[in-house]
Amino acid sequence: MKKILSVFLVPVFALLFSLNAKSESLTLGWAAWDPANALQELSKEFTAETGVEMNFEFVPWPNFAERMLNELNNQGKTFDLLIGDSQWIGQGAEYGHYVKLNEFFDANGISMDDFNPATVYAYSTWPKGSPNYYALPAMGDALAWAYRKDWFDRPELQAEFKGKHGYDLGVPKTWDELYDMCTFFQGREIDGQVRYGAAINTERGSEGITMGVTAAMYAWGMQYENPDKAYDMDGYFNSDASVEAVEFYRKMYEDCAPPGHSDAYMVANLDAYKSGQVAFQMNWYAFWPGVSKEDSDGRVSGFFANPCQNVCAATLGGQGISVVKYSDKQDLALEYMKWFAKPDIQQKWWDLGGYSCHMDVLGSPDFVDSAVYAQGFLDSMGIVKDFWQEPTFVELMLPMQERIHDYVVNGKGSAKEALDKIIDDWTEVFEDDGKI
Amino acid sequence: MKSVAKKFKGLSDKAIAWIFIAPTLILLLAINIYPLIYAIRMSFTNFYANKIGREVKFVGLKNYKKILGKEEIWEKMQITAHFVCWTLVIQALIGLGLALLLNKKFKGNELLTTLIVLPMMLSPAVVGVFWTYLYNPQVGLFNYVVNFFYDFGIFDMIGSSTLAPWSIVIVDTWMWTPFTMLICLAGLRSIPNYLYEAAEVDRASKWQQFIHITLPSVLPFLLLALLFRGIENFKMFDLVAELTSGGPGSATELASINLKREAFEKWKTGYSSAFAVILFVTIFGFGNVYVKVMNKIKDR
Repeated sequence: MKKILSVFLVPVFALLFSLNAKSESLTLGWAAWDPANALQELSKEFTAETGVEMNFEFVPWPNFAERMLNELNNQGKTFDLLIGDSQWIGQGAEYGHYVKLNEFFDANGISMDDFNPATVYAYSTWPKGSPNYYALPAMGDALAWAYRKDWFDRPELQAEFKGKHGYDLGVPKTWDELYDMCTFFQGREIDGQVRYGAAINTERGSEGITMGVTAAMYAWGMQYENPDKAYDMDGYFNSDASVEAVEFYRKMYEDCAPPGHSDAYMVANLDAYKSGQVAFQMNWYAFWPGVSKEDSDGRVSGFFANPCQNVCAATLGGQGISVVKYSDKQDLALEYMKWFAKPDIQQKWWDLGGYSCHMDVLGSPDFVDSAVYAQGFLDSMGIVKDFWQEPTFVELMLPMQERIHDYVVNGKGSAKEALDKIIDDWTEVFEDDGKI
Repeated sequence: MKSVAKKFKGLSDKAIAWIFIAPTLILLLAINIYPLIYAIRMSFTNFYANKIGREVKFVGLKNYKKILGKEEIWEKMQITAHFVCWTLVIQALIGLGLALLLNKKFKGNELLTTLIVLPMMLSPAVVGVFWTYLYNPQVGLFNYVVNFFYDFGIFDMIGSSTLAPWSIVIVDTWMWTPFTMLICLAGLRSIPNYLYEAAEVDRASKWQQFIHITLPSVLPFLLLALLFRGIENFKMFDLVAELTSGGPGSATELASINLKREAFEKWKTGYSSAFAVILFVTIFGFGNVYVKVMNKIKDR
């Protein structure tokens, strides 16, 4: 009887003991993509050091903002830590969703000077540029381009391109050059298959087409508002340069995108590129480690920062890590943040495929040679621009998605009309919010 | 058991009836009526569910005026009307046609019925995603099949503003025609055979039999099916959200998709409550008129 009891009871006690030993746990929410897997891997070290079990909830990108913002608005306790988009910082701070981190940073010797200034500005501060921190820069990112270097290196294509355009087929320096190269590949047969120019962002539902078109608008020098008068948008957001940029983006869609690329964002662009359909893809740096690693069957990928036009600029992506105000485990969550901010952990984060924003990592002499996209990443982080980071950013994003998609994909109206209508929509949002 | 019986002793039939109905009534009040009244109340305010601590002001009919005066809302209503009307017309014709076909006895009838009914069993979200692949201009089956009959070249069903509204009509028809068919089939099977026998004796042609016996008998069933489909399609969300996200631009942004964006993405709770009330009144009004017409047809 004793034997029988011991056979059953020992495993039961062992299980209870192990549960008790790992009773402390944290839940971190982020988008479901490659860097999230890298963070999960990295966090095993935190669990090993502290015994705190890390749980993760990764939400697919199309539903990410909706899921997370609903959670915050409902004051949900699902997440202790949240890696939220840069545009959420205003909402997180003003509506009290995120814990203010200044005291914690001071008490633990975490200095924002140790992080890339552009990322601190974009991911951590509210009001913008003020020394009020609501997040630690976690994942630097910007919109960039990947291209089929193996095709570009073919002598016959190089000669044909040079004969046609009078300059070398290579990394485009401007959007005009990018267009020349995209149209060069559009409909071209390579290795017995019809190829197309570029997989660009055209997604309607969340933020895709806005992130894509602003990559062009920033390069044309677009400003959202009068630098001397907040929320004065007429003549800035819909300036001639902005109109030209939007028209150019439509031209890119019409002349360079593969057929059916009318509702495409991250995954669709990746798929178009990986399946060998396109010469270029627009996407976030976050995906480049995966793209680079998966180069095979003769595919060689090159990467470059968003091309310049009138100015050099790139659409900001990336996120900061915040502690959720409604969490019952704020102290534990702050412990995780403290661990994550350590320079050696940040180095491991980069090594695993995450984009560290820590200056020790970015400034290391080995950094540029550590990956083929590292230089591009550094270049981009110096020229990034972001969408409105207002608490009402979703209200601002949705009309832009609709109007731009209506013009670029649907061909409805003109670029000027689309931008004018966006200003009308935004004015209404700012009026409702008491900003004007 | 005895004690329960004792407890009920002395209660009138009416009281016992109320006791049995009460749980359902309470649930109905809590889940349907209370939220409806709450939403109506909200619709007169400037409430934003995500702006905690912001003063909620009574704004009277401002939200209603804003919605009804907005050109874009009428555009969404037109898109919805296009979707509802065409799906009803096509589903009525094909549904009735299929029901007539399946009402005949032939080999494989049951298997064919099962196959036809299958799309109805799927989740609308799954169907939406599935059809985005079928519509893909490069690898989708839809382009291939259409081009097999006539060479249109590459065309993008969900990327073109002229084709996209039809793309959602086609998918809804594919999915829900079996429903109309099943209801019509039930109607057809309820027609007594002696009516046809009498018509044969009177030398009525097949067409006359269809016009004077089949159609009047099956019409109430068909109208009932269309009522259900009309209400459902007026509220259509998941299938279209997955298939086109309302795009390209706003070419397929149905009223319900717009309402969801206003309510749960922009968090304009007061405004979207007013919009929801308007949609509810519209559908309730149409539904009532339709039921009256249907009853008149039935009484004939």
